[in-house]
Amino acid sequence: MNAIETMGLTKTYGAKTAVDSLDLAIEEGELFALLGVNGAGKTTTIKMLCCLTKPGAGDAKILGSSVTENPGAVKEKINVSPQETAVARNLTVRENLEMIAGIYGNDRKVSGEKADAMIKTFSLEEVRNSKAKTLSGGMQRRVSIAMALISDPKILFLDEPTLGLDVLARRELWTTIRKLKGRITVILTTHYMEEAEALSDRIGIMAKGRLIKTGTAAELMAATETKTLEDAFIALASEEEAAV
Amino acid sequence: MRYLVFASRNSKEMIRDPLNLSFGIGFPLILLLLLSAIQSNIPVNLFEIDRLVPGIAVFGLSFLALFSAILISKDRTTSFLMRLFASPLKAADYILGYTLPLIPMAFAQSGICYIAAFLLGLKVSVHVLTAILVLLPAALLFIAIGLLCGSIFNDKQVGGICGALLTNVSAWLSGTWFDLSLVGGGFKTAAYVLPFAHAVDAGRAALSGHYERIMPHLVWVIGYAAVLFVIAVLVFRKKMSSDAV
Repeated sequence: MNAIETMGLTKTYGAKTAVDSLDLAIEEGELFALLGVNGAGKTTTIKMLCCLTKPGAGDAKILGSSVTENPGAVKEKINVSPQETAVARNLTVRENLEMIAGIYGNDRKVSGEKADAMIKTFSLEEVRNSKAKTLSGGMQRRVSIAMALISDPKILFLDEPTLGLDVLARRELWTTIRKLKGRITVILTTHYMEEAEALSDRIGIMAKGRLIKTGTAAELMAATETKTLEDAFIALASEEEAAV
Repeated sequence: MRYLVFASRNSKEMIRDPLNLSFGIGFPLILLLLLSAIQSNIPVNLFEIDRLVPGIAVFGLSFLALFSAILISKDRTTSFLMRLFASPLKAADYILGYTLPLIPMAFAQSGICYIAAFLLGLKVSVHVLTAILVLLPAALLFIAIGLLCGSIFNDKQVGGICGALLTNVSAWLSGTWFDLSLVGGGFKTAAYVLPFAHAVDAGRAALSGHYERIMPHLVWVIGYAAVLFVIAVLVFRKKMSSDAV
């Protein structure tokens, strides 16, 4: 079954088309990376799929629920870790986790249990009682992803999860994201080629608001007769630029 | 009951910010002490404690607008609200979540102000409780202003508008520091078109036991609070459904 299916999903801001007739199907359990340069339409796509922005045209089904007709049902099935860390700065790590669990309808006891489970899963024991604002960028991102997962979403959106992190923090976060593979559907936006290649089952390349190609890293390289994903990306993106 | 979870978070965020505590409680107390000290050294009745403390209490409440506006604007700019907008929280949960924690804070702040006033010679009476209760519409007024400003401006702009402009306007036009009749004319008229002087006068009427004088002033404050709350809720809801959180 498809976890996500978009049908002509479009978003325009005035004269600018941020996302142009996006047709995409992502299977349940898949880790799908949306790859593109800044302004390619990745974040706008995520926002529409999370019901944060209304599509100008088209629709998307999230596990069968329409983002335009039934956003409430969609929101029960998803969670998002935004581009910025989006943690409550003066709350401790445990309090942040408990808060999100509570917002998703869990009582205090269950919220506490879930928070403890997430602290263990994400190796946050040492900082469980530290205020979020005192954590490093990498650690805040890890907390942010744990906050997104504590609601047991069927689909997780990770918007540029490693943006601005140093190489060690990035690799640590990759390990965390890899652990999610197969358990839930993950949509990851990034403009790091090696990240998309290392983590994803399939990659969708976006440029100028359009989805120009989807496939595994190997398929994309084969289609463009290139040896690296970066070369494949440049070939595809340049082709789109020339067409526009 | 999701709003209670959100309200609890907001309460912790505000209480744990040392700037909030120092400005919200410390600053009005310092003014109360300072002006009382001045009063004890001048021959005219300019800052008598029973006229001063209702004004200082209203002035202290103006910081509620700053607290809530900064919290909301930071939640917007750090994408924290974007995370929550993707959750099942409804518009009412946000409004209640941002509003409820500030009400006990308002009472606590006013209570501390009056306790300090007792130490400075204010007579202990049941009217003090009435004077504190009368502050509720003023508290809601400032909370509404905070909700509105936080929904529109970023945290730096909020610092200027709520932290400097609002606190000054609400202080100078409230009749706390000086009798508005001393200036008179357009200044006094403008002050009584706005709700701040009415909030102070309602508090003074309550504290002096002249309860019949409360409502004519309080109705202004209630009116402003209601209108601003409706506008704030509409703006916040519009922000929720707009593309730019």
